[in-house]
Amino acid sequence: MSDTAGELHPIGIYLKIWLLLFVLSAFSYMVDYFELQGYLRWTLILIFMTLKAGLIVSIFMHFQWERLALKYTLLLPTLAIMVLIALMLIEGDYTFATRHAYFDLG
Amino acid sequence: MKPAEPVSSDYTEPGVPGMVRDWSADKQAFDMPWGKLMMWIFLLSDTFIFSVFLTGYMKVRLSATDPWPPVSEIFALTVGGVHLPLLLIAIMTFILITSSGTMAMAVNYAYRGDRRRTVILMSITAVLGASFVGLQAFEWTKLIQDGVRPWGNPWGAAQFGSTFFMITGFHGLHVSAGVIYLAIIARKVARGDYEKKGYAIVEITGLYWHFVDLVWVFIFAFFYLW
Repeated sequence: MSDTAGELHPIGIYLKIWLLLFVLSAFSYMVDYFELQGYLRWTLILIFMTLKAGLIVSIFMHFQWERLALKYTLLLPTLAIMVLIALMLIEGDYTFATRHAYFDLG
Repeated sequence: MKPAEPVSSDYTEPGVPGMVRDWSADKQAFDMPWGKLMMWIFLLSDTFIFSVFLTGYMKVRLSATDPWPPVSEIFALTVGGVHLPLLLIAIMTFILITSSGTMAMAVNYAYRGDRRRTVILMSITAVLGASFVGLQAFEWTKLIQDGVRPWGNPWGAAQFGSTFFMITGFHGLHVSAGVIYLAIIARKVARGDYEKKGYAIVEITGLYWHFVDLVWVFIFAFFYLW
């Protein structure tokens, strides 16, 4: 197999993505700097995080140019993580509630 | 943007029918060198490790009855009399993103056969990674002097310390290992060890390095900003 396949994108694309990541990081920092609170804060943090993660994986790691066989191999198992997060969200709230009930924290 | 040239005519069929063919035909399922596939599989397992850490952090933070320490203030720096929240973490973020950019360019130059630029860019990446670890050591020192321990801290919920040291510690370990990995591969590239074998190894090293950057994106969002 040849190792040179498909890696010859112009250098410019990496500089552009780097700049974009820089700007997105600055935006997430601004969220903290301007002390945004509540749902606005959490939504913005998640949006900037998802965009940054997406750019790194799809462009820097060349994920978007890989074949579906690899994409599904890597993406489907992460669904298990989503299940874990959902379960622990419920569990966390439950623990918090029982602590309040039993330690009489008011 | 030009889509990837297929390695052989056997991997040209697009979409789901192509995937079914890749998996079922009498050939290897993945159109890439084995080392690259193994790196992807390793990174998938590492994704699970960091996800479990961050999920554990979410769980203990949700169920903590003491108030969570003011993260933004704890990581603030005062530069020239100006108080800047989270400045140290912002600098670390920019350093890691920049190192990811130089690594991506190193991969590109490696496939172009430009050994000199590849080595220079990989070295810059390693130096940036090392400075990230240095800043992290500074951050840990500062926090330990402030009285943060895995079992308690002066500001609130005790779980802050244990999750902080575990998550950033494990990530810092990954960065340190990456710096060593980069240095070894850069030296071998400079010696010309891969002239015959091809430069997929630089891409494989790059995958690991970008992953370390990727994990930091999530730590930055969930631990420092949330």
